[in-house]
Amino acid sequence: MYSPLIRYTLHLADNALIMGHRCSEWCGHGPVLEQDIALANLALDYVGTARNFYQYAAEMINAADPAQKATEDSLAYLRDAGDFYNNHIAELPNGDWAQTTLKEFFFSVYLQAVYRQLLNSADTQLAAIAEKALKEIDYHVRWSSEWVVRLGDGTEESKERLLKALDEVWLHTGELFASDDHDAQLIQENIAADLQLVYTHWRTTVEKVFEEATIAVPAPAKTAAWMGNGRKGIHTEHLGYILAEMQYLQRAYPGCEW
Amino acid sequence: MTSTTQHTVEFIYAILETVADPEVPVLSILDLGIVRDVQLKDDGFHIIITPTYSGCPATEMIQLQIRMALLENGIQHFQIVHRLSPAWTTDWMTEAGKQKLQAYGIAPPEKKFAIPEDGVTCPQCHSTNTRLVSAFGSTACKALYQCSDCKEPFDYFKCH
Ligand SMILES: [Zn+2]
Repeated sequence: MYSPLIRYTLHLADNALIMGHRCSEWCGHGPVLEQDIALANLALDYVGTARNFYQYAAEMINAADPAQKATEDSLAYLRDAGDFYNNHIAELPNGDWAQTTLKEFFFSVYLQAVYRQLLNSADTQLAAIAEKALKEIDYHVRWSSEWVVRLGDGTEESKERLLKALDEVWLHTGELFASDDHDAQLIQENIAADLQLVYTHWRTTVEKVFEEATIAVPAPAKTAAWMGNGRKGIHTEHLGYILAEMQYLQRAYPGCEW
Repeated sequence: MTSTTQHTVEFIYAILETVADPEVPVLSILDLGIVRDVQLKDDGFHIIITPTYSGCPATEMIQLQIRMALLENGIQHFQIVHRLSPAWTTDWMTEAGKQKLQAYGIAPPEKKFAIPEDGVTCPQCHSTNTRLVSAFGSTACKALYQCSDCKEPFDYFKCH
């Protein structure tokens, strides 16, 4: 059983890795070269951030129990879906361009608020990783906001697609703010981001961008027990498929290098 | 340890000056500003580096090159220490580095364009009548531009 801090660090790492993996799926499939490269860059940022968090988590896991021999790779490639703590929105399928950019918009605005708070975390290593990641995530927010505006305030078809994506994705935005049992303790110790404050930033930014995109902001998404909570390892069906592909090589050929 | 004590921190810096950024080989890692400090400790030299971008694939290549350059120069006792905070910024790039970039055909970071927009100075003809094509370029550190006067496409090294 991991300590709350390790679990929280894994949550931050898993969010970055799984979203990074989704972004990387566009590599070679982008509608135009510049956007293909943009998504590959976003993927690179995410996977780099994930590595920093995993390295820190592995360090803490091994300090608590040297027999574990955790590494960034073992944490990424050898855990099962139930041991991943990423939010659902990171694992949702890419769908079309509208769904991809809308997901990235919701997610990057959320991370922006989380990382900003972590800058002042009592845990200096989390603060250092967030400082690095924040510079990058600001770009993600800018890129995805531009797409939401361009599609929403674009042609009839682009708007229709964006609204359809909104129907698919909005439902999962509530789960971003569902907490884990240890959050209260970590917030009190000034380690973790306070999700209520994150929500305020998120909602304000979404309202601002949607206004420019001429789309109405739906009422806050409800969370229900049946929907699960990624923070507790309860995921949508999609995560299993991602892991099956991402982890295949290390599972089939343990320790393989090239 | 005798080999280490004979060498000075200045000598280490001189070696590091020969290590090029693998993605922009015209820049040394000192020009780039990723070497934050070199310290002589009991166990040898500590070379403190700060990676440019979290996912920059060049970081590991750079470490390998530092290692090789030091070994080639007879430095055996050293370690490369990663420091994440304060985060790397293009403010740490040297003036010489910015001039080398410009001569190489990459527009150096400009404070005015902290967020890439139209108007970055073209490294070929120095026109500011330029257009942002994409905020993401061939590597994590660059954005893609086109000059509306000389028509040349060019990379802009983003402020970070
Ligand atoms: Zn020009």
